[in-house]
Amino acid sequence: MTLLDEIKKDGEILEINFGPQHPSTHGVFRMRVLLEGETVRELKPVMGYLHRNQEQIAENTTYAGIVGFTDRMDYINALSNNFSYCLTAEKLASIEVPERAAYIRIIMAELARLINHSAAVGFLLNDLGSFFTPLLYALRERERILDVFEAVTGSRMMCNYFRFGGVKRDLDEDSLAAIKTIVRKFPRFLDEFETLLTSNEILCMRCQNVGVLPADLAVNAGITGPTLRASGVNYDIRKIDRYGLYDRFDFKVPLGKKGDVYDRYYIRILEMRESVKILEQALQALPAGDFIHPKTAPLLRNPRNFKPPVGEAYGRTESPKGELGFYLVSDGTPQPWRCHVRAPSLINLSALEAMCLGQKIADIMIILGSIDIVLGETDR
Amino acid sequence: MPSMINSLKDALEKKFPGIKLRILRDSLLLEDPQDLTRVAQHVKESPAFRLDYLSSVTASDFLDYLETIYHFYSMEKKSGPWVLRVRVPRENARVPSLTPLYQSAELQEREAYDLFGILYEGHPDLRRLFLWEGFEGHPLLKNYEQENADTLEARDVEWLEAHGVKVPETMKKNAAELKASGKRALVEKPTEPRQA
Repeated sequence: MTLLDEIKKDGEILEINFGPQHPSTHGVFRMRVLLEGETVRELKPVMGYLHRNQEQIAENTTYAGIVGFTDRMDYINALSNNFSYCLTAEKLASIEVPERAAYIRIIMAELARLINHSAAVGFLLNDLGSFFTPLLYALRERERILDVFEAVTGSRMMCNYFRFGGVKRDLDEDSLAAIKTIVRKFPRFLDEFETLLTSNEILCMRCQNVGVLPADLAVNAGITGPTLRASGVNYDIRKIDRYGLYDRFDFKVPLGKKGDVYDRYYIRILEMRESVKILEQALQALPAGDFIHPKTAPLLRNPRNFKPPVGEAYGRTESPKGELGFYLVSDGTPQPWRCHVRAPSLINLSALEAMCLGQKIADIMIILGSIDIVLGETDR
Repeated sequence: MPSMINSLKDALEKKFPGIKLRILRDSLLLEDPQDLTRVAQHVKESPAFRLDYLSSVTASDFLDYLETIYHFYSMEKKSGPWVLRVRVPRENARVPSLTPLYQSAELQEREAYDLFGILYEGHPDLRRLFLWEGFEGHPLLKNYEQENADTLEARDVEWLEAHGVKVPETMKKNAAELKASGKRALVEKPTEPRQA
């Protein structure tokens, strides 16, 4: 007897399709939900509405050409995707990154993290029914950072900024001054945000003990990023792999206790505070020097000059959504034989059903919102 | 890195006498795909490794065979990556599923099935993940031929008309010509060679 028959026997059973055109699914994502009254009994995610098969596109383009495509995966923070991909390609071809470039990368990646977490919290509040006020507070800060991105990279969202062995352009004095102002003012925004939200009674009642994710399930289901750390597992790839120059920075990894929606909200606020700390240290210590390795000049002249030796590499970074990994196989030609993306937005959905079972229908949206997915990355 | 994978190889050979293993580019190739389940069970539970986190499951087409590649990490011991791989023939590719052991494999195995056509035996719900049911072929195989979306074929015309869509006469004529010549409407492969 299937679950459907079983519930039908007891009484009312309702099958609902959430999405794909639903404002709270953060894109075109569908969930097939079986409801008993208002309680969720089964939930199956359905995806692929935004599938472009970027992995196949990658096989037909050059290594350098893929950088632009990674922007289109997690379009909220393109720079983190660039970071992960370039790290993997550099691993494959053993390219070194000058110190200044490594600092610039960390500055840009952490700014992207600020954007992502503030937007994620803003959209979560939108899902909770507090329409637009918190979101617009968050987007106001995001605009300031996007202005810097536009000045430095030439584009607000599709930055295409990282290159093998460094970055596309140096940070000039004006941009540095702008970043310093943002970093100085950001804690004040967080304080304001927290005054409105953190101990707000409605938010607490709505989020606490909802969508609890136990730590052992989180590890087994491959959950990464803030969602994992909210369940109390201390696993931050910036600390574990120490890629880039993250070992030089002093920052903490905030951990949650219960793993409910409230913890996932609060972890993001705390992580933004840690990112501000990293940014302060990076801006202070930013050394002079090359922003790209001089030996990579032939690669910039013609992307078909980049021919990594036959082999494979797996690189991963702590992107704001979780572990973003790239798996590249080279056959010695200028085009990759295989380019796989381990997308955190996709794999973090493995535990969605477990989190939603037994919850009320209105809680599905905030549980999904607290995982923080971007459909461009889920579907690729 | 090589020492790490050597230690894994030695431990597995000690635990399972007669198992066939080969080291390939910092990763461990299991010659018999059916060994995968017991190896994964062992590395997950043995106190020496505790690979509790299966980060990435993916496949790749190497023309003569397909490979499924697993990237394991240990969250408890903070070690990794430990890479396992299995090879299967292109036709009737079957690999035991790791979903009963690691829930993180569930969506990724569906993705690999969708794009490569590898059947993961024991997967609770092996359906296409991204593409729709009824899609023909597996697009990441190197011999995949992509349909030209702008040109209709005779059966597309039939389907559209059965669903009440009016098809222009010129398109119908083209479809009939294609059918008569026994060709399919395919996208031409990129002409630029994969020069070394």
